[in-house]
Amino acid sequence: MYIVTVWAGLTICFFLPRLVPIDPITVILSRVTAMGAFMDPETYTAMRKTLLQLFGLEGSLQEQYFSFLSKAIIGEFGISIAVFPSKVNDLIYRALPWTISLLATTTLFSWIFGNIVGLLVGYYRDKKISKVFQLFAIAVYPIPYYVLALIFVFVFCYTLRVFPLFGSKGIGFKVSFSLEFLSSLIFHSFLPALTLFIVNLGWWILSMRALTVNLSEEDFVKFAEIKGMEKKVILSRYIFRNALLPQITQLTMALSTIFSGAVLTEFIFSYPGLGQLLYMAVSSSDIYLLMGITSLSVIAVSTSALIIDLIYPLFDPRIKYEEKHI
Amino acid sequence: MKRKKITKRLVKNLLYVLKSDTRLLIGTSVLVTFMILGFIFPYFSPYDPKRWGQVPRDIPPCLKYPLGTTSLGQDLFWLLTFALQNSLILGMVVAAISTIVGVILGLLAGYGGGYLDTIITFFTDVFIAIPAFPILVMLAALFLGRIHILMLAMVLCLFNWPWPAKQVRSMMLSLKERAFIDTAIFSGFGMIEIIFREIMPLISPWIFANFINTVLVAIGAEAGLATLGVSSLEEPTLGTIIYWSLRYQAMFRGYWWWIAVPVGTITVLFIALFLIYISLSERFSIGGSKK
Repeated sequence: MYIVTVWAGLTICFFLPRLVPIDPITVILSRVTAMGAFMDPETYTAMRKTLLQLFGLEGSLQEQYFSFLSKAIIGEFGISIAVFPSKVNDLIYRALPWTISLLATTTLFSWIFGNIVGLLVGYYRDKKISKVFQLFAIAVYPIPYYVLALIFVFVFCYTLRVFPLFGSKGIGFKVSFSLEFLSSLIFHSFLPALTLFIVNLGWWILSMRALTVNLSEEDFVKFAEIKGMEKKVILSRYIFRNALLPQITQLTMALSTIFSGAVLTEFIFSYPGLGQLLYMAVSSSDIYLLMGITSLSVIAVSTSALIIDLIYPLFDPRIKYEEKHI
Repeated sequence: MKRKKITKRLVKNLLYVLKSDTRLLIGTSVLVTFMILGFIFPYFSPYDPKRWGQVPRDIPPCLKYPLGTTSLGQDLFWLLTFALQNSLILGMVVAAISTIVGVILGLLAGYGGGYLDTIITFFTDVFIAIPAFPILVMLAALFLGRIHILMLAMVLCLFNWPWPAKQVRSMMLSLKERAFIDTAIFSGFGMIEIIFREIMPLISPWIFANFINTVLVAIGAEAGLATLGVSSLEEPTLGTIIYWSLRYQAMFRGYWWWIAVPVGTITVLFIALFLIYISLSERFSIGGSKK
């Protein structure tokens, strides 16, 4: 399933640009000639040929397709048009650590925190504070990431001027593990992280609450309550353990949505991750960079879904992969 | 005479439901307000939304221009009505098409079983796992910001059908085992009759809830694309207003109303749609998820 998903995603990435009648080589060449450089026809054809070779546009469609696939698997996406001689890989790998660290921390924290809050809100659903939390989740969850990001920029950066508006670290800092650098890093990534955290949190609270409400009506929970078991034990062992499983499945399915949201959030905060790169690619119509980012995000998202699937048996003792469950 | 009575009862029931559920009431009234703004007001607009320089630029909200004007010389209030119209149409078109396609495929997979089921399930799973947004960005970017809004709707449909398909399939699988379906089969009903008479009434509330949710997702996706500058930039939509205001640095030049209006509208609209969605799905006790 994993391999097929990656393959299908990559195939879409390959064929979509070819459906649109814009030739990237002509774009480059016209950019060169637009600068006023004169080229006689022979040089023009020669240059065209070199460029075709460089971008892997030679040969029939099948040949191009297979070379694209085999290169994509080892993580080669060709050369960027916007930042001309540099490789797409280098650009992406420079941006990737930022995105991954931001995404991983916010997703993990919001998932854990949301589950705990959702559990409590669902179990003590008649208390006032639970209702407040639920209201908060309902109000926050449907807001798209970038809209919340814009609101945060407006409130914190523009009106209150508490947080910096761009970047992931202060100007002139080098990546190191000094305390100064880390504090600058946290300071600069706080708002994008907060945006992702809050929107995700809303969803996890809502779905965990729904699960808990259903579970606490179940007979085995009622029985445990009548038996006089401690609430702590009921909550952690009876309800939480059972509700956790659908939440893990939800996480694998939500990954692609979270990723998409993060991309836009990064763009709004000028965070130097994939989002920023994507914007650059879009604004300079750099098809190879776009293809690279898209292919890589397909691979990354499906890989993380695969990893969660593989650790699933740790949480659910009923599933063992030797028995060929799926 | 009889019809009048039925209508009267229907309205009464509807009012009763709305009164008993505050969330539904709030959601619906906000939605209806926006619908009126989007579908009736544009016909009274004194300006053409696509033209620039119609009114003095950068005026904060005042009596003459209730929501202020933009740096492009557009009256924000009238622009907003057109934007609402476009965004709502886009959302509803996407939601209608992808819900219909998804439901049909889900029914086929769940009812038909066998190879058909395997193939459809395979495609739904693949499309759910692929991150849609970068692909949408790539596709829209290839059109260099001139993609037609209906074309954009079609592309959005591509990524919104799998969710209803998956859900309908699993509902169908559990419904198929119920006794009343067997009864229907033994009474000589055909497949189409069974689906429309026996199954549709049971899953239609869910379909409606999913429709509302897809409207939300589609409007959100378009606005997201527009923020990056790859939507249909000439058409006024909620997203393109954000795009132009960011483009002209409205926030830093102090023209807060230009950015606050679309952002506020999206926020309120989405909360309203989501309120309708959850109150519907709780009413019919179906576990929901935004996808």
